[in-house]
Amino acid sequence: MPKAHESRRKERLDRGVKVRSDGVYAVASWREMAFLLGPRLLLIAGLLIMPLLLMPVPYWQKVLTIICIYSMLAIGFDFLAHYVGLVSLGGALYIGVGAYIAAILNTEMGLPLWATIPLATVLGGGVCTVLLWPCLPLRGVYFAIVSLMFPLLAARLIEAFDIFGGTDGIMGLDGFPNRWSEMYVLIICLLLALFALRQLVNEDVGLVFRGVKDNDQSVKASGIDITRYKALGVFIASSLGCLGGACLAHIYMWAGISQFALDFSIIPIAATVVGGGGTLAGPVIGCLILVPISELLRDFGTLRIAVYALILMAFIVFKSEGLMSYGARKYNQFEHWVEI
Amino acid sequence: MDILIYGVINSATLALMALGFTLVYGVSRLPNFAHGALYVLAGYICWLLLNRLGLPYILAIALALGLVAVVGGAMYQLILVRIRGMSISEIIASYAIGLAILEGLRWGGLKGGTFTLPAFLEGSVDIAGVSVDFQRILVVVLGALLVGLLYFFVNHTRLGLALKGMAQDERAALTLGIDSDRMAVASMALGSLSAAIAALILLPLGSIVVEAGYHVLIMAVAVCIVGGLGSWTGAILASFVIGFAQILTTAYLGAHFQVVVAILAIILTLILRPSGLFGKQKELEERV
Repeated sequence: MPKAHESRRKERLDRGVKVRSDGVYAVASWREMAFLLGPRLLLIAGLLIMPLLLMPVPYWQKVLTIICIYSMLAIGFDFLAHYVGLVSLGGALYIGVGAYIAAILNTEMGLPLWATIPLATVLGGGVCTVLLWPCLPLRGVYFAIVSLMFPLLAARLIEAFDIFGGTDGIMGLDGFPNRWSEMYVLIICLLLALFALRQLVNEDVGLVFRGVKDNDQSVKASGIDITRYKALGVFIASSLGCLGGACLAHIYMWAGISQFALDFSIIPIAATVVGGGGTLAGPVIGCLILVPISELLRDFGTLRIAVYALILMAFIVFKSEGLMSYGARKYNQFEHWVEI
Repeated sequence: MDILIYGVINSATLALMALGFTLVYGVSRLPNFAHGALYVLAGYICWLLLNRLGLPYILAIALALGLVAVVGGAMYQLILVRIRGMSISEIIASYAIGLAILEGLRWGGLKGGTFTLPAFLEGSVDIAGVSVDFQRILVVVLGALLVGLLYFFVNHTRLGLALKGMAQDERAALTLGIDSDRMAVASMALGSLSAAIAALILLPLGSIVVEAGYHVLIMAVAVCIVGGLGSWTGAILASFVIGFAQILTTAYLGAHFQVVVAILAIILTLILRPSGLFGKQKELEERV
């Protein structure tokens, strides 16, 4: 058999329904509307129904909340990496900062849960942005390395200075009133974040973000302060992470050094690579796949880290477009081989 | 005096840890984030050969070095070559390989009990009133020897010169008939070899633990960034800067701060002078 690339190539054509539903005429028929809304509704409805389906197995409901937290982190990573051009390998920093701020507000100042979570989101985003501000002029590998170092540094500093409860962490946070509120708060936050970000990247500001990523010099030449836009991007992404961190702290009723752990940095990246970078919905799908795998392997201890490291590696090397882009292509286009 | 002697030893340790990393980055612009994993792997293979197969120490060392070099070369040839040039993918993929090796080892082999390699030389000697064991002196001697050998190799052998050519100008090297992929494999193998050498010299001082992998990676990255990625002299000088800084903070503040120093050094260097103290890259290329 001749090798595929020698004698033939794959031709891709948009499906008719895709072409018809691209413009404003999409509202002309139910079929086109269903084509457009189908995948979106599937995700929304799927996430909203999931807690009910998992009712018989409370353990997996817990896993669902963890999935949502990782998803928010992963969406933030995807947004930052593929729309602003900053690859932040230190997602754990956001989780940790969010968790600690929520814990301090809750235990020291006695604020209730519904106040600490939004406050931790905004304050945490601010703190992370200020911390990363000096690194914003860096790009590529250099920003990646610095951001990887921040959570490690934060954990070591807390350990060394014995602040914020030292190695024991801060205990005695309020929990959520019940597990339903826990799940639905997270799911609704996740969906809001996902669709808000998808909207944002198509607004004017999203255009500037992409400009910063693709050609920062020309954005600069247009008289736009790129550092400020990068800071805004970091603020958005880190707020999402801090929101996740604050919820995590309230779910476990505890904030500690392990919230700066490697898991929070590596799973979102793996999920983004598996789900497809630059799609924003892809990372959620990636988390829906990876986090349960990691939970199933919990009995094998650290083997699970090895397994998702291998999955990550396999995807980045062999299927770098990710599941979401692959799925979108199959959904939107016909493919067939043509002789050349 | 304490500080001076242990500072030198610590600096030599750091230089040993970082040599492989800077070698690979210098030649093939590949940030090998699996460096720490290869270090631990070398120690574990050597321990296995020594204790499970009962080979003599010298033979076990030689075999472990060879095996790790092969693993490093294979890692490039089979996996990393496909994502060459995409620096973020390179970091993520090599880090993933490293994680897989380290956590795989933690799950499969390195758990329960302690794993130690015997020292090459037992005993200790007094230097200016400070007692230093032979192994630590050996670290300094062998570290210097390794640096010397690598220097000789890079400047006076065919393969070394080819590697140097690649590092300076990949296109020009290609036109002169130097195969860039084969050179990259060679540099990865060499880099892994130096990680393994570092492991076998340093590990007898402590025990083989998975955490060492992360520690070595952080230290190697710290030294290379402070010294300027890809710069040899820079790396060696930086290991002295960080080495002494660590010993000083340990003496005056406490052992907790060792890693803090290294990480702070990375962050500060990147913010203030991204091309490193002795980096040759133009700053404009690295910064916006």
